[in-house]
Amino acid sequence: MTRISVTVDGVESTDEVEPRTLLVQYLREARGRTGTPVGCDTSNCGACTVLVDGRAVKSCALLAVQADGREVTTVQGLSNGALHPVQRAFHERHALQCGYCTPGMIMAAVDLLRETPDPTEQEVREGLEGNLCRCTGYQNIVAAVRDAAAELRGAS
Amino acid sequence: MTATQDTGTREVGTARRRKEDAHLITGQTTWTDNIQLAGTVHAALLRSPMAHARIRVDVSAARNEPGVVAAYSGADLADELAGLPSAWQVTPDWVAPEHKPLATDEVRYAGDAVAVVVADTRAHAVDALDAIEVDYEPLPVVLDMERAMADDSPLVHSDAGTNVCFRYSDTFGDVAGAFADAPLHITRRYVQQRLVPCAMEPRSVVVAPVPAAGEYTVWSSTQIPHFVRLFLALLTGVSESRIRVIAPDVGGGFGSKLDIYAEELLTFTLARKLGRPVKWTETRSEAFQATIHGRDQIQDLDLACDADGRIRGLRVNLLADMGAYLQLLTPAIPLLGRAMFPGIYKMDAYEFGCVGVFTDKTPTDAYRGAGRPEATFAIERLLDELAAELHVDPLEIRRRNWIRHEEFPYDQIAGLTYDSGNYEAATARATELFDYAGLRAEQARRREAHDPVQLGIGVSTYTEMCGLAPSRWLGDRGYAGGGWEAASVRLLPTGKVEAVVGTSPHGQGHVTTFSQIVADTLGVPFDDVEVVHGDTAAAPAGLDTYGSRSLAVGGVAVWRAAQRVRDKAKTLAAHLLEVSEDDLDFDGGSFAVRGTPGATKTIQEVAFAAFAAHSIPEGFEPTLSADFVLEPDDFSFPHGTHLCAVDVDTETGRVTIRRYVAVDDVGKVVNPLIVEGQVHGGLAQGIAQALHEIAVYDEDGNLTTGTMVDYTPPSAADLPSFTTDRTETPSTTNPLGVKGVGEAGTIASTPAVVNAVVDALRPYGVTDVPMPCTPERVWRAIHEAQGGTS
Repeated sequence: MTRISVTVDGVESTDEVEPRTLLVQYLREARGRTGTPVGCDTSNCGACTVLVDGRAVKSCALLAVQADGREVTTVQGLSNGALHPVQRAFHERHALQCGYCTPGMIMAAVDLLRETPDPTEQEVREGLEGNLCRCTGYQNIVAAVRDAAAELRGAS
Repeated sequence: MTATQDTGTREVGTARRRKEDAHLITGQTTWTDNIQLAGTVHAALLRSPMAHARIRVDVSAARNEPGVVAAYSGADLADELAGLPSAWQVTPDWVAPEHKPLATDEVRYAGDAVAVVVADTRAHAVDALDAIEVDYEPLPVVLDMERAMADDSPLVHSDAGTNVCFRYSDTFGDVAGAFADAPLHITRRYVQQRLVPCAMEPRSVVVAPVPAAGEYTVWSSTQIPHFVRLFLALLTGVSESRIRVIAPDVGGGFGSKLDIYAEELLTFTLARKLGRPVKWTETRSEAFQATIHGRDQIQDLDLACDADGRIRGLRVNLLADMGAYLQLLTPAIPLLGRAMFPGIYKMDAYEFGCVGVFTDKTPTDAYRGAGRPEATFAIERLLDELAAELHVDPLEIRRRNWIRHEEFPYDQIAGLTYDSGNYEAATARATELFDYAGLRAEQARRREAHDPVQLGIGVSTYTEMCGLAPSRWLGDRGYAGGGWEAASVRLLPTGKVEAVVGTSPHGQGHVTTFSQIVADTLGVPFDDVEVVHGDTAAAPAGLDTYGSRSLAVGGVAVWRAAQRVRDKAKTLAAHLLEVSEDDLDFDGGSFAVRGTPGATKTIQEVAFAAFAAHSIPEGFEPTLSADFVLEPDDFSFPHGTHLCAVDVDTETGRVTIRRYVAVDDVGKVVNPLIVEGQVHGGLAQGIAQALHEIAVYDEDGNLTTGTMVDYTPPSAADLPSFTTDRTETPSTTNPLGVKGVGEAGTIASTPAVVNAVVDALRPYGVTDVPMPCTPERVWRAIHEAQGGTS
C-alpha cells in the first residue's frame, strides 16, 4: 500500500492505496465521488474525465499514486452553488439524454474552453473526440459548448 | 408559472428543458455500480476464450485466494440455476436450446461464462479468476450462417441435431402472378452486418437479500425492471411479491438492456446462497462479448416491376444469425421486420421467408429498430437501384409507388394498417431544405468534370411500426406476454401530483414528457408533477421501455389516468359548490360554475377536500387517484424523408457527409426538444452502421473488434450537424395523436447514407458498397467495378 494525499473537489485527504489502483477507482471507492462513472477499460470513452491541476485527464488512464499531491476536480466539484456555464448550457441545449457520458463530456469541455475560448464547431468536435456519447449524436453537445464559450467570454 | 391559462395545450408542444438533467449534470447520480451496501461482496466471471469447446472446470484453488468468499463452476450450480428465458416462440417447432447462466459442459461462443468468484473486493474477485483451472477441449466452430446450414456443418448444439432455429414464411397476394412476366427485376443480396449496441453504461447488478424474510431487492441497469422481476420469480421460485427490482439511473440501452441476462439470475442466486449483498458490474471488454449484439442478416431480395417502375411484388429471403443461444427476443427480431419490407409502397404481392441460424457467436437480440432498420434498408436500397435501372430520379420512382396521403388509413400488403401519413409533404419539405435541385446540378457538373471527389445524393423515405404493441397481435405471433401499459395518477393533499408509470426510461425524458401531459390535463403547473418510475415497489404494473412504445402506449395511459382524476375531482367540486357537474367548466386548473362569477374551486382545493373527506358525495371514495391500463388499439406509423449528400474521394475511398436533412412525421409532438434529440441520436447510430461499425470475428470465433478502439463508435469529429424538421400528421390509433420517435432516425438514415455513397460512384459502375462503407471498402468497390483486382 502507498500513502497518497489528494485534494478532490476542494477536500484534501490522505489515504492508503494499492499501487495498481486507478485514479477513477480511488475517486469512486475511496473518496465516494461516484459522479464520475466508468464507461470502458481501454481509455477510449472519456466518461471518467476529470480535471487534474486544471487539465482534463481520463481518470482511468492515471494511477491514483500519480495524483499524489495534486488537485482533482470532478463534475461534483465543478459548480459552486450555481451551475457552471457548461453545465447550464448542457441543460438548456438538451445536450444529454441518458447522462452517462455527461460528467466526462462536461469536464473535457471545460478544459477545451480554457485552451480555446472561442472554438469553431469543428474545433469543438475535434476537441471532444476522446469522449464518446451514444445518445445525442453530439449536435446539441457542440451547440452547448459554443453557448458556454460565449457566456464565459462575456464573463471574463 | 400560473395555472390560469388554457389547459388544452399549455405544456404539450412546448420545448420544456428536462427535469431529468439536474442530477445528471452535477454527478449526483445513482448508477447501479454506485450502490454500495454494507457487507457487499463482488462477483467476477471467468469467460471462455474459445468459441466452442468441451470444458472441465476446477475452481477449488480460487477458494484459497485472498478475500474470496465463494467460487463456483457452472457444474457446481447446475441444479440451482435455471436456463435463461426466450419469451417469443416464433414457430411451433422452433429449436430453443437450454441456456444456462454458466456453461456446464460446453462453451459455445467466446465470452460464454464458465465460473464465478465472489470476494470482498472486485479486485480480489478478478485476481482469483486466475486460479481457476479450465480444460478446454476444442470443438469445431461454425461462424458463417450459410456454412451452418450445410448438412456437414459442425453443430453449435450437438443435441439439437441442426443449426436451424426456425423457418418462417408468409405470402400475401398472388406472388406467382406478380412475378410472372414482370419486365423488370431488381435482384440483390444485402448484408446487415453485426453491430454492438455500446450503451455507455456497462451492465451492472446488485442484489440485497433479507434472508430471514426471503426478500430481495435487485438493482439492475435494465430497460425492463418489471420483466426482470417476473422472470427472477419464475426462474427461482421466489414469489414476485418478495422481489423488488429497481432500475435506477440507467445509462442507455438501445435494446441491449431489454433482456434477462445470465448475470442477473446468477447474482440473485449468489445473494440467496450467501445471504448478503452481491454486486456484479461488467467491464466494457466483457460487454462486447456478453451483452447482446444486433442486426446480422443476409437478405436475398427480388423486386418485380413494370417497365415504368411500378412495383408488382417483392420477395424477401432472410438468413438471421441468432448467435449461440436465444436471449429474450432473439428469434423474433428479424420477424419484427417481416411486415416492414414493403415500406411506404403499394404492391400486389409479397413473399417473406426467414431462417434463424445458430452460430458460435454472441447471441443477437433487439438493437435500436430491431428488424425494422434491416427491412427499411432493403426496400430503400432497392428503390434507388430501380431508379438507376430506369434512369429516373429516386424521388420520382418513390412517388410512382408510394401511398398517397388521401389513401390513409391504408391496408398494406403485409397485413398492417398504416394509420396516417403524408409522404408528399415530408418529401417536399426535405427537398426544399436540402436544395435537392441545386445539389443534383452540382453533381452533374462534377461528374462532367471527372472530379476525383464525387458528390452522391441518397434518399430514404421510410416508415416504421411503433408503439409495441396490441396484446392480441403479440399473442398471435407466439410472444408470451402482452403489450399494454399502466399508469397511476395521484393528486396529493398539497395539490402536487404524482404520476406513477410502468415505462422505464434510460435517457428518453419520460419525466419531462409525462409531466407536460399531466400538467395540461389537470391544469397544474409543470413543476408540480412528479413522475415515479423504474421501481417495482413504487410502480408495480408495467411493461417497460422498448419499441418506441413509451409515449404512444405509456403516455396515453398517463393521460387517461389523469383524465380519470380530473373527472373525479369534478364530481367532488360539484358537490362542494352544490351544483350539478353539468354546470361546471374546467379551465386553468379551476372548476367554475357557469354563469356565477366567483363560484370556483381550484383543483388544489378539491385535492385537499378529497383528502380530508369531510364532505363528500355518497359513494365517493376519498382521495383523488386513478389507475389506467391502456391496451393499444393498433400500432402507429411515423414516417419521413431523409436526404443525404456525401463527398466520396474516389482515390482514397473516404466518405464525408456534407449535408443531412431529416424531415420526420412522428404525429403530434409533446416536447419538440426531446423529439429532436431522439432524431439526432438515431441518425448517429444509423450513420454508424452505414459508415463505421462492424463486429468482426476471426476464423476461430474471436471477436477482433472487442474494444471501442477497434469497433470505432463515431465521435463528434466523425459526424456532421443535421438539419431536422417535422411535418405533423396525427396518429389515428391513439387519442393523443402521437407516434414513436426513438428508433426513427436509426431506421431512416442507414439507407440514405449508403444510397448516397453508391450514387456518387454510379459513374464508375458501382452498384453496391457493403456496410460499413469504410474507405477500404469504397476503394475496393470502385476498383472491382472498374474490372481491377483489389
